[in-house]
Amino acid sequence: MKLIRLKAVALKEFLQIIRDPRSLALAVSIPVLLLVLFGYALTLDVDRIPTVLYDLDRTPRSRDLADRFLSSQYFQLQAAVQSYAHLQAMLDTGEALMALVIPANFSRDLEFGRDTTIQVLMDGTDANTATIALGYANAITLLYSQDLMKEKMTRLGVGKISPPIEPRIRIWFNPDLESKNFIVPGLIAIIMSILAAILTSGTIAREWERGSMEQLISTPIRKGELILGKLIPYFSIGMVDLTLSVIMGRYLFGVPLRGSGFLLFSLVSLFLLGAICQGVLVSIVTRNQLLSSQISIILSYLPTFILSGFIYPIHNMPQFIQFITYVVPGRYVVTILKGIYSKGIGLEILWIESLLLVVYAGAMTFWAHKRFQKRIG
Amino acid sequence: MWQRLKSMLIKEFIQAFRNPRMRIVLFVPPLVQLLIFGYAANTDIRNISLGVYDLDNTPESREMTEHFASSGYFRIMDRPKSPAEIRRLIDEGKVSAALQINPGFARRLRTRQGATVQIVVDGTDSNTASVVVAYAQRIVAEYSRQVLVQRIFSLPNIPDEMKRPFFVKGGIEVESRAFFNPNLESRNFYVPGIMAFLIMLVTLLLTCMAIVREREIGTMEQLIVSPIRPFELILGKTIPFAIIGYIDVLIVTLVGVFWFEVPIRGSVLLLLAATTIYLLSSLGIGLFISTISHTQQQAMMTMFFFFVPAILLSGFVFPIANMPTIVQYLTYADPLRYFLVIIRGIFLKGSGFDILWPQMLALAILGGIVFTFSSLRFRKRME
Repeated sequence: MKLIRLKAVALKEFLQIIRDPRSLALAVSIPVLLLVLFGYALTLDVDRIPTVLYDLDRTPRSRDLADRFLSSQYFQLQAAVQSYAHLQAMLDTGEALMALVIPANFSRDLEFGRDTTIQVLMDGTDANTATIALGYANAITLLYSQDLMKEKMTRLGVGKISPPIEPRIRIWFNPDLESKNFIVPGLIAIIMSILAAILTSGTIAREWERGSMEQLISTPIRKGELILGKLIPYFSIGMVDLTLSVIMGRYLFGVPLRGSGFLLFSLVSLFLLGAICQGVLVSIVTRNQLLSSQISIILSYLPTFILSGFIYPIHNMPQFIQFITYVVPGRYVVTILKGIYSKGIGLEILWIESLLLVVYAGAMTFWAHKRFQKRIG
Repeated sequence: MWQRLKSMLIKEFIQAFRNPRMRIVLFVPPLVQLLIFGYAANTDIRNISLGVYDLDNTPESREMTEHFASSGYFRIMDRPKSPAEIRRLIDEGKVSAALQINPGFARRLRTRQGATVQIVVDGTDSNTASVVVAYAQRIVAEYSRQVLVQRIFSLPNIPDEMKRPFFVKGGIEVESRAFFNPNLESRNFYVPGIMAFLIMLVTLLLTCMAIVREREIGTMEQLIVSPIRPFELILGKTIPFAIIGYIDVLIVTLVGVFWFEVPIRGSVLLLLAATTIYLLSSLGIGLFISTISHTQQQAMMTMFFFFVPAILLSGFVFPIANMPTIVQYLTYADPLRYFLVIIRGIFLKGSGFDILWPQMLALAILGGIVFTFSSLRFRKRME
């Protein structure tokens, strides 16, 4: 390996990138766009669920219960209707996601100490939102029941009895349950894999398609030098984006970084190296930009998005999909990122994941080098 | 015109299918993505791994633990022996919540002092954590009420009114029913969404890259000097990808319905009609990207710059209702948004044209504008 030849290839690649200012601008703005979207706009938190109320009782007590629902941040009154048909129509068109039905004898039943049942009808299309909304509805009703019971007992002169057991809940690492504290660290892995896929998947294929590969082959450059020369510029862009993401996460969104920043950078750069080499490998094998971009998206971006535990918890997946996640490097880097960011843990716990990233980066580099043939045909 | 269009189409198909890898890539990835999404994209929260640290070890504390274990939401994975061990289990991600019952729990209950249980929740994943908190609160509240009722009944002379069902069972019950998706399976929500996602990915990427490729490798000049008209060239470039898009829809629908058993309650014809309108926007955007890109790399990056926000803002995973108001307005420009409502409506709700026409109209207008604008721009660039 000669430094002068390596420098020449890296320089050529850098020049090509700089001559295409739009691609460079996009390479920097895609991470910014993703961070802004996830930081400001996207959340799985459920609140302000559009609710339609059908109150058949129309007494102070039924209004009281409806008020408990609608004054909470979780439910928002969309309309109060007078018939089931109207209620059904609102759920059908999606104007409301939930309907609360209070039966006709609600107040009287409670007065006489009989049990009563309210109906909560949900649009179950979005299962996640529906499950969480049902949980809230149950909790609000339970609290209301308890208050009624207390009120009644005071009236009967049994005296105040406080609930015998109280849960003391402590939430570690993210006490306010802010979804950005959970999204931003994982998002760094997504950004790295998107970048690696779109930047490098074309790099070797392009030379073949345009015919400039023949020229490169006829130069004295060795294949290791060629591959490394191609890696350096893209790796640098990736590192710029990583720095940008960490800075934006810290100062724009206030996501705390509890662990070591140095460890974070070294481990993510390992992942980046692996992902870039994987992109180059795909490019070497396909020699076709369209094909290689498709394959890169399938191999790197999608698994990192879906199978890494970024949004969808791995322990919820069926067993055999859980096995597949073990070969998705994104899984390890997401665990590492969340661990370092939220829990502030280090290598003493993350050593297995880190070791596997080393293996990934090493294997991809080796494989790309092995598959590349510096001859025509 | 037909003659020229036909030769153009034949050329495109030959190019698309000549490469054996390409043949696979056109149809296999949609299938793989569907399978992965169908199985893995799952926000249902069940079987939360729980660590139990019971320092009291009395019938009461065991009953409390049993309430967690039998709730169906929690699974006891470990029984740590010290607070340090709880810390380690959560750090390593072995459990997502821990229940700690301190000594004296049963004694405090028996002597009618307030007792407490400690619950530690891993907040890293805020979505899961908020559900875990809600479940835990409910389980403790239910056990607590049971104890309360027992206590009232053991009082020497209780008023008759307290023996009524209201006190025994707790008053108001919630009867809940989920329409359209009674078992609340996320799969039914995601699988139709993936169809929308895949059609866009495939048609957008193929259209913009295939056109720019001609420019990049220099064959565009040859096409321009041939007698083919710009309009025919546009059709020749978009029809093959539209067909590939349709085939992908077919594959995904078949697998979705027969493998994942996602119900299809509405009309398949309406689905096809809506797909056609949707393809118009998707192909139009692809065409537009091709007119502003010089290299395939540029085309691909521009495509991503459009595609990723289009997916994220469509309501595919993240509900639109939760977005800030300004961003919600932005989503009106996203063709995927309308198509998702249509496709989920047809699959899960069995909605017909009478309910879905506003979305179809919006999609048609959007697609018409985008496609016309891009075609005009494309023509101008050719001349």
